[in-house]
Amino acid sequence: MEVGQSLAWGEGPGYHERPVMITKQLESLETVVIRFAGDSGDGMQITGTQFTNTSAVLGNDLATFPDFPAEIRAPAGTLPGVSGFQVHFSSTDIYTPGDDPDVLVAMNPAALKVNLKDLPRNGILILDTDAFDKRNLKKAGYESNPLEDGSLEGFRLFAIPLTSRTERALEDRDDLSKKEKTRCKNFYALGMTYWLFNRPLENTVTFLEKKFKKKPQFASANITAMRAGYAYCDASQEFQVRYEVAPAATEPGTYRNIMGNDALALGLVAASVRAGVPIFYGSYPITPASSVLHALAKYKNFGVATFQAEDEIAAVTSAIGASFGGKVGITGSSGPGIALKGEALGLATMVELPLVVINVQRAGPSTGMPTKTEQADLLQAMFGRNGEAPCPVLAPCSPGDCFEMAFEAFRIATKYMVPVFLLSDGYLANGAEPWKLPESMDELPACAVSYRTDPEDYLPYMRDETTLARPWVRPGTPGMQHRIGGIEKAEGTGNVSYDAENHQRMTDIRAEKVARIVAEVPDLEVFGPESGDLLVLGWGSTYGAIHAAMKIAHKDGKSVAQAHLRHLNPFPKNLGDVMKRYKKVICAEMNMGQLRMMLRDRFLVDVIGLNKVQGMPFRIREILTAIDEHTS
Amino acid sequence: MTTQPPQLKKKDFESDQQVRWCPGCGDYAILSSVQKTFAELGLRNEEVAVISGIGCAARFPYYVNSYGFHTIHGRAPALATGLKIARPDLSVWVVGGDGDMLSIGGNHLLHALRRNIDINIMCFDNRIYGLTKGQASPTSEFGKRTATTPMGSLDRPVNPISVALAAEGTFVARTADVFAPHLQAMLTAAAAHKGVAFIQILQNCIIFNDRAFAHVTDREAKNERVLYLEHGAPMIFGKEKDKGIRLVGNKPEVVRLGEDGITEKDILVHDETDESLAYMLSRLDPKDFPTPLGIFRRAGAPSLHEGYQAQFEQAKSKDGEGVILDLIHSGDVWDVK
Ligand code: SF4
Repeated sequence: MEVGQSLAWGEGPGYHERPVMITKQLESLETVVIRFAGDSGDGMQITGTQFTNTSAVLGNDLATFPDFPAEIRAPAGTLPGVSGFQVHFSSTDIYTPGDDPDVLVAMNPAALKVNLKDLPRNGILILDTDAFDKRNLKKAGYESNPLEDGSLEGFRLFAIPLTSRTERALEDRDDLSKKEKTRCKNFYALGMTYWLFNRPLENTVTFLEKKFKKKPQFASANITAMRAGYAYCDASQEFQVRYEVAPAATEPGTYRNIMGNDALALGLVAASVRAGVPIFYGSYPITPASSVLHALAKYKNFGVATFQAEDEIAAVTSAIGASFGGKVGITGSSGPGIALKGEALGLATMVELPLVVINVQRAGPSTGMPTKTEQADLLQAMFGRNGEAPCPVLAPCSPGDCFEMAFEAFRIATKYMVPVFLLSDGYLANGAEPWKLPESMDELPACAVSYRTDPEDYLPYMRDETTLARPWVRPGTPGMQHRIGGIEKAEGTGNVSYDAENHQRMTDIRAEKVARIVAEVPDLEVFGPESGDLLVLGWGSTYGAIHAAMKIAHKDGKSVAQAHLRHLNPFPKNLGDVMKRYKKVICAEMNMGQLRMMLRDRFLVDVIGLNKVQGMPFRIREILTAIDEHTS
Repeated sequence: MTTQPPQLKKKDFESDQQVRWCPGCGDYAILSSVQKTFAELGLRNEEVAVISGIGCAARFPYYVNSYGFHTIHGRAPALATGLKIARPDLSVWVVGGDGDMLSIGGNHLLHALRRNIDINIMCFDNRIYGLTKGQASPTSEFGKRTATTPMGSLDRPVNPISVALAAEGTFVARTADVFAPHLQAMLTAAAAHKGVAFIQILQNCIIFNDRAFAHVTDREAKNERVLYLEHGAPMIFGKEKDKGIRLVGNKPEVVRLGEDGITEKDILVHDETDESLAYMLSRLDPKDFPTPLGIFRRAGAPSLHEGYQAQFEQAKSKDGEGVILDLIHSGDVWDVK
């Protein structure tokens, strides 16, 4: 659309101010971060998601981060009730949702109070002045009105009565109540940001028409509000500059914006299809893992059985039961639920059946902060069972990577007859990025499952020479009846055994089986110089922040490299050698040093910890500061 | 032409493992009845799965020549639920004691029952913890002295039949270890029932709680103080068939036939489909009433795994057989050239 063209004018039927043709400036930007913040009932997540999807279709690279309260509707106007959605969109590759917003849209004083500290001076600030009344100011803890006391000086402030403008845009709509009209204000704000960043409205129009198919009056109301917001910026003297962020030069292919939990669910189904074995997903609702269950529940036409169990223990034991039956049992939860599953995971280790255990980690301990992210369940995954019960542990490093790692967890679980941990976290679960879609099944790794049906010489605990896996025999197979259970097994026969030597041997075999999975683990690659002053090691969701910091550090000529672990047990076999090539090693993780402890234990390397448990992912600058501190 | 494989015998369901219960334990009799019933039902070894939790009773799978899983304490009904959803073709039997099923695994029992998953649950009730050496169990009587309750138990016991009925059990029965023909009849009826079957099996723990059910199983008691429930039959009991249960208002009472002009017509008739009647029967106090054995409730309801199958088929007919690449490529996709 051309600059200065008053395109949306006239499409907002209730908008009666006279249009003024103003010539607007168009500036190009490489990368922009917008944060939408409001009450949890203000629809900030939907607003942010719409902006994201529109930008995705325009070809920007992006990353998003929703930040919402645990309460579905915390008291309106209060600080705990503030919900935010940050989207980073760019014409170049990006790896995180951005440290700080360039634009903050705050729908009420509480949203301003919570978020203003992150907005740099000269940042764009859009406020709904209608929400700045005495009551709301008091609820947010403001002594004086920031609109009047000068505290917003230095920001590019657009103080606009969003609520009343939205109402006016809809004033001739007799079919809507006042409340229904004001509820459209988030789309008015979205319309404004669409104008500001030169985005088309069509995607959102289509989305609203689909969403409100049964209630078209709400579709048209929101569309009207959005167009009115757009038109207002276009006409208003206040808005002189609009910005353009060109499409990113991404690898050709088909893309889709995807959140981690959705990618994870797809990865499981893809592996199931590839292997020709249906999955059984036993789960109990828990933040932030529930959406995996929601997603899988929709895939019944793939034979996916989802089971909302009575509790976390039933979720995992039902999955083990399904694996005993020859399906692939999967269970998913977050830290507190995984704690409850501990005993059953020991059982799965003992009976050597395939099982995928998903932990979408959140801030702990105990209930902790359910909607906030953390990586503090690594040692729980490693050791959180009684006795010697090693399990392989994998961790995806981005929302899209959840697909690949879920597939990998399925593959390892079935190949080695072992429970496999997949450690995602709240940041990956709800964060989104464009994901390049596989075009054919050949792009996916081979994943074959075979059941033993030959009773000749069969023993329940005989082993594959390479993997040490025991044979998987489905009940119903004639002549191969056998009994398994949590009591120690005699090597070979699997009979109950209290023999001292046998227990030692079986313990060694279970450990060796997991150790042999190293054959599946690709060598660790470094990003940056092959040797040098500093190596920054991370795992899981910290990849993006470390990678973005690394690019900046390299521009600054720092002798620093990144290595990122997606396999935490067993480690890649070259990990020890890689660490030796650098004078110092930093381990960045959202816990108090769990991977660091494992590295020190295994390699006797004096790894330096960069640790953070604030319920938020690392900021790029936090990594950069650490790099600066440890390089010359 | 297919030849029917020969019907198996009881001994075909005996495993090669040495049975390790205490001599005289009621579990032996139950094992024998179960093996016999499996053979009589015409089941093949490979189509049976016996799933247990933890406790003396839970050693059961090792002794049956079938597929078996000795799981963890209390969780057998949950694990069996997953197995049955995954493998509706199997005949799934769950074994556990009163502690396993009504204490640590109470939640799973409740939900297996209300889901009506087609598994058969055998609850060996000996009113004590055996394997851990004689602590009070959830069915131990109030005031019972045990290792953990030297001055008498302060906990009021649960009634397994009442619990199973309250949890929407569609087949709820009671029998006793030593009444082999009755026990086998209950197992056979459970196997025929479409949906969940719960059988409380009164089981004698000779070591820690001997004679806990003497009021049912003693020679005299078995004749005089047991009410054998039969659908459609009047609730008459006693060796001479001279006693019966009558309802006065909604209160049951024991009456003598022939006394005060009471005839069979005055006696309550058992109806397996009547939930309130089943509950009333489960509450009869053995001090004043005979102990009912038999099927308290039997009702038809859709079973869980049938529901799963129906939804799979519905989804496939609506959306077609899943094509993974199409699924991956669904939603808001865009092309970069
Ligand atoms: S302790 Fe009691 S229940 Fe256990 S095996 Fe011995 S007699 Fe049977």
